Amino acid sequence: MTPSLTAAGIQKAVTSGERSALSFAKASVDRADEIGAGREGLNILLHRDDSAARARARSIDDGIEKGQRGLLAGVPIVVKDNIATLEMPTSCGSRILDGYVSPYEATAITRLARQGAVIVAKSNMDEFAMGSSTENSAFGPAKNPLNPALVPGGSSGGSGAAVAAGIVPIALGSETGGSVRQPAAFCGVVGVKPTYGRVSRCGLVAFASSLDQIGVFGRTVNDAALGLEAVAGLDPLDSTSAAEPVPPYHDAARGSLTGVVVGRPREYFPPELDPSIRERCDAAFDAMRTLGAEVRDVSLPHTSLAIPVYYIIAPAEASSNLARFDGVRYGLRIEGDGLQAMYEATRSRGFGREVTRRILLGTYVLSAGYYDAYYKKAQQVRALIARDFANVFASGVHLLFTPTTPTPAFPLGAKSDPYEMYLSDIFTCTANLAGVPAMSLPIGRVNGLPVGGQFMASHFDERQMFVAAFALERALGANV
Amino acid sequence: MAVTPDDVRHVALLARLGLTPDALNAYVAELNTILEHMDVLSRVDTEGVEPVAGIGAAGAPLRPDDNKPVELARAIADFAPKTKDGFFLVPRLSSHEEPGAA
Repeated sequence: MTPSLTAAGIQKAVTSGERSALSFAKASVDRADEIGAGREGLNILLHRDDSAARARARSIDDGIEKGQRGLLAGVPIVVKDNIATLEMPTSCGSRILDGYVSPYEATAITRLARQGAVIVAKSNMDEFAMGSSTENSAFGPAKNPLNPALVPGGSSGGSGAAVAAGIVPIALGSETGGSVRQPAAFCGVVGVKPTYGRVSRCGLVAFASSLDQIGVFGRTVNDAALGLEAVAGLDPLDSTSAAEPVPPYHDAARGSLTGVVVGRPREYFPPELDPSIRERCDAAFDAMRTLGAEVRDVSLPHTSLAIPVYYIIAPAEASSNLARFDGVRYGLRIEGDGLQAMYEATRSRGFGREVTRRILLGTYVLSAGYYDAYYKKAQQVRALIARDFANVFASGVHLLFTPTTPTPAFPLGAKSDPYEMYLSDIFTCTANLAGVPAMSLPIGRVNGLPVGGQFMASHFDERQMFVAAFALERALGANV
Repeated sequence: MAVTPDDVRHVALLARLGLTPDALNAYVAELNTILEHMDVLSRVDTEGVEPVAGIGAAGAPLRPDDNKPVELARAIADFAPKTKDGFFLVPRLSSHEEPGAA
């Protein structure tokens, strides 16, 4: 694949008959081979089924002849390995699901197919999406295609890396605390976490159900907009999916920043913030002012509590969700002397260290005697964090803009202390806790490494976020 | 509230995780380090704040109880570790096990 090709460019070429979907599918897998995307190389792709991708592309080409015109006709796509597909395994980066092939597919996958997309591979990820670097995969760490000594971010690191490496223009990931935006920032691509309820979670393997949401990576803002447009909307199979209408996000390219109020929350610009990241954000604010936006200093006073709250709530929900991996219904089973021994042997062998740590932590904070002090308290503070966002949006602020991450991509193995790794999510997990939409886009480079800037909006106002992202992308142009 | 080895042993049992003594000690230390950072929450005034289980902006609507099961593309024998006649097989319960019983 030509690394600069966008989803819109591919769709146009395919629907006009200029090039076949098959040629793009082949180019995509050729690019994966060329850069060594497999386990022996960058380790960003876990599963590929080239013949299924070719067959799918041929059927798209047949449909084009019959007049079908999908939004993503012929666009090759990579999908995170925790989103259920019928043709490739869904291992969640875990030994406990090694080789597992789902008997049903995620709604998001059905919707991508309906728009003519061709899924070429499943991507590497932190086991059960627990991590911020894709080093927690049972199948080895993924590496950043911009510099293989660095992590691609996580937990959807493989998807972000696949887009950055030019294998595909769009990839699906999932978010619980920043797992799309953080790798997007580290890999220099666009990453969107929609409003909780915007995209069906049916077929997304559950980690923390009140936070999880499927997200979209794009090489450009328009790629991400098209990808989200394809997968968003009500799904009867997910009772938390919302009946809100889905506007055409790619149309936001025509929107203007004139009169838009962009909040600069002071808690996201602490004195200790890397000065070069602050400079890139200031340049982005300047660009938005030039485009007619009003930049206003605001406060989200409970921001510093987000990490403690997140790392109570997410593990608590995970400890419950991951109880289903018990050696009975799917995946690994290690026999033991009786049922209890089988459960323990299977789960101890099947789960890696971070997942085990979070299950223990989650079980602890939910257990008798500690529930009120930890879990209930975290739920109360979560309400305060959500209220911060509601207050600032009610005050006339349309969008918030912040750094996506406190640092650019860090070296593999650099963060051995779990809590230090957890701090990677410091600017992202607030949006998950409040359920608001957020996205990261490249806003510049520091020492050659991409820096991400983050927009956050009120519930279901992804379109406003896209208006600003399109405008900022145009304004920053080649500087990023 | 320091986590003790007995606490970790207890939650490991609840979570059906077998831990070696070395792993147990490592998790005790790690959980204590992590929970130390959570103590900040105890100083937040949450008087009168309702705990939230989730932030569904659209709420949690009820639907009529008439959903049909999702059709499966493959039989359970294709993905389950052990099955018989379309049922999942579990180890025989030779006696009624109590968790932690020898």
